[in-house]
Amino acid sequence: MRERIECDVAIVGGGIVGGSAALFLRQAGLSVTLLERDWCGAKASGVNFGGVRRQGRPLEQLPLSQRAHAIWGRLPELLGTDAEYIRSGHLKLARSEPDLASLIDYRERSQGFGLGLEIVTGEEFRRRWPALGDRAIGGSLCPEDGHANPRLVSPAFARAAARLGAVVREQTPVDRVEKDGDRFVLLSGDVLEVRARFLLNTAGAWSRRVAEAFGEPVPLESLHPNMAVTEPLPRFLDVNIGVEGGGVYGRQVPRGNMVVGGGRGFALDADRARPQRDAVLTLMRDAAELFPQLRHAHVIRCWTGVEGYTPDRNPIVGPSRTTPGLFHAFGFSGAGFQIGPGVGQTLAELVTTGGTPMPLEPFRIDRFTPTA
Amino acid sequence: MSESLLPPVIVGAGPAGIRAAERLVAAGLRPVVVDEAARWGGQIYRQPPDGGFTRPKSALYGFEAGKADAVHRAMAAIRDRVDYRPRTLVWNCEAGALDLLSDGASETLPFSHLILATGATDRVLPFPGWTLPGVFTLGGSQVALKFQGCAVGRRVAFLGTGPLLYLVAYQYLKAGVEVAGVFDTTPFAAQARATAGMLRDPATLAKGLLFVGWLRAHGVPIHNGVRPVRAEGAERVDALVWRDARGQERRTSCDAVAFGLGLRSETQLADLAGCRFRFDEADRAWLPERDGAGRSSVAGVYLAGDGSGIAGADAAELAGERAALALLEDRGLPVEAARVKELDGRLARIAAFRRSLSAAFPFPADWADAIADDTMICRCEGITAGAVREVARSGQAREMNRAKALTRAGMGRCQGRMCSATTVELLSRTLGTGPDGVGRLRAQPPIKPLPVSAGAERREVA
Repeated sequence: MRERIECDVAIVGGGIVGGSAALFLRQAGLSVTLLERDWCGAKASGVNFGGVRRQGRPLEQLPLSQRAHAIWGRLPELLGTDAEYIRSGHLKLARSEPDLASLIDYRERSQGFGLGLEIVTGEEFRRRWPALGDRAIGGSLCPEDGHANPRLVSPAFARAAARLGAVVREQTPVDRVEKDGDRFVLLSGDVLEVRARFLLNTAGAWSRRVAEAFGEPVPLESLHPNMAVTEPLPRFLDVNIGVEGGGVYGRQVPRGNMVVGGGRGFALDADRARPQRDAVLTLMRDAAELFPQLRHAHVIRCWTGVEGYTPDRNPIVGPSRTTPGLFHAFGFSGAGFQIGPGVGQTLAELVTTGGTPMPLEPFRIDRFTPTA
Repeated sequence: MSESLLPPVIVGAGPAGIRAAERLVAAGLRPVVVDEAARWGGQIYRQPPDGGFTRPKSALYGFEAGKADAVHRAMAAIRDRVDYRPRTLVWNCEAGALDLLSDGASETLPFSHLILATGATDRVLPFPGWTLPGVFTLGGSQVALKFQGCAVGRRVAFLGTGPLLYLVAYQYLKAGVEVAGVFDTTPFAAQARATAGMLRDPATLAKGLLFVGWLRAHGVPIHNGVRPVRAEGAERVDALVWRDARGQERRTSCDAVAFGLGLRSETQLADLAGCRFRFDEADRAWLPERDGAGRSSVAGVYLAGDGSGIAGADAAELAGERAALALLEDRGLPVEAARVKELDGRLARIAAFRRSLSAAFPFPADWADAIADDTMICRCEGITAGAVREVARSGQAREMNRAKALTRAGMGRCQGRMCSATTVELLSRTLGTGPDGVGRLRAQPPIKPLPVSAGAERREVA
């Protein structure tokens, strides 16, 4: 017997975007069914680096990112947990004068978005972060950015939604999705049929199938950020660290472990990925150069995840161009964690009000389609 | 074709690895033998450090001295015909190559044929007080004796189940240590019943009975059907409080406890190599699949010894040789059919014996229920039993990786090698599934802690 669920909104994908959308939709009183093929928040949302960072994002993302920032400030109230979220500050390091110049340039360009960036160099830089090695000549601090434990935050959104009455089905892959009149119909094997007026496609690296089902092919590529964690070390770092020009990033968690990231893992298959040896060793070398405290530490685990990347590294967020009632939000290109809840709230807004003040033009799904 | 010319690689220089190497050398190959220890022998036949104390093998290995000596000699005899890499950790297996760590540097070693003889470690379940100084695993207590020439205490209580329980107690007594008692979790009746099955291998049975008889003759109290209540002590353990078969709480003073519930296979490399796993009822664990010859589900990867199912040192020797023969056959080299047949026969007899052994030393599944919520189960991360039960009870975690993500159990230095047996029991018993119902932890490199400095110390393949 196939179970049938009728609801206002069906959501495919229980990561931080789908989970938060479910939560805000329930707060608005709509009935929601969330389908997750694995466990909620177990993929890229739950295994990412854990940086909660606005600084460095393309300017067009900052309105959504600011919206998300406000939500991060209310985590305990929304989720019943702080999920180890700390507004520690995010310090982006410059290793050369040109890098410093581009940090200064970003501060100028992002004025008015409320990031409160502060450029710190020379003596003061050494005084404030004596633990950082000599590699950096200065940096840009975003005082209210920080970091959190993604393994705890991301599942918590779907759980909070479920507490408010959302139907959350894990281990439930969507095998078929189509529109039947004014209803979307989703099938999971011969076990479950969901019918809904609205459909949110928030399936991360697996979103392409849903988009294609509605005639919206997207050039989405799966990549696998490489990460490593050390054993717990004495506290030496309070800020979340990035580097201008990329390469390596790191944060020390309250327990003392240093989490670092950089380079790419490799795909085992469409669903699974592993860290890659050269990336792991390069990451260890670069991290030890940036953080001399790591030179005598051990890496206890490496990992990666499966994340969808777009050609321009901006996500796809907003209404379908082919199918009324369908909204997409995926392809965050390795930077979806902080912005995720802001996007979830925006999706809820689109469903409930039919519009949003957020500028979504840069994130149109059809922006990659070659013009005929 | 050039790939098939790579020398075979063997991971582990215990009984399985050594016998595999011996067979490959006899066929004219020059295998690479990678081993974490400084000297060959594995855990069971571990040798004292070079130039350290000297104790005769009869004192170190007891009744097993002859076998230990034979295995040691076998390796010594082929030493100059193998590429032997002691003190070398294999920290990763990826895309047909191993990553090795030795002298602080990392090196990538490609392989076309790989024999994993990775051995086993103690399987433990916690009990109140198990983190007190003076509480050791059985295997750890044995290593202290064989490798460091010291005992874990002056008056030691031996607790748990499995053949190692009696063997280590015997070795301690023989080394002049007072044995406060053997506290066997198995009811006496179960053991007696299972003994019938063991008659298939009278030699092993005789040896087991010999240990028990020898211990009794020396006045060591042996208790069956025991459950631990707690290890007591302020600075270190000074007593084991236990419940006897009739439910009576009793107290035995001691300054050390050695405990274990059999062994668990070290399977991370097989996992990273892509081997398919199956749940094994006898070992109560997910194990890499292997056929009778030791072939895994991945072409060119072979499994031998306790690393892919607990069967003991004698079986490991045979399985090591058998895997080497399979490897030779797969490389198109001649193998002696009669020898293959003989090994297969002996391995089949051991397999039957092993089934009765697990009946003689059943896993005390109810032990897990008695673990108090505030007992620490993951020592690396300081996670309690209650934390694991809570994520199961609240529906947040229905399998191992999820429980790890939410609680951190298994996320620390040991990567779950020590605590996952406990997490499986707590999760599955809270959820009401069997131990096979909660999955297994995914292996991630490095399989043991890797110095960050190795990133700057890469060695090119010699």
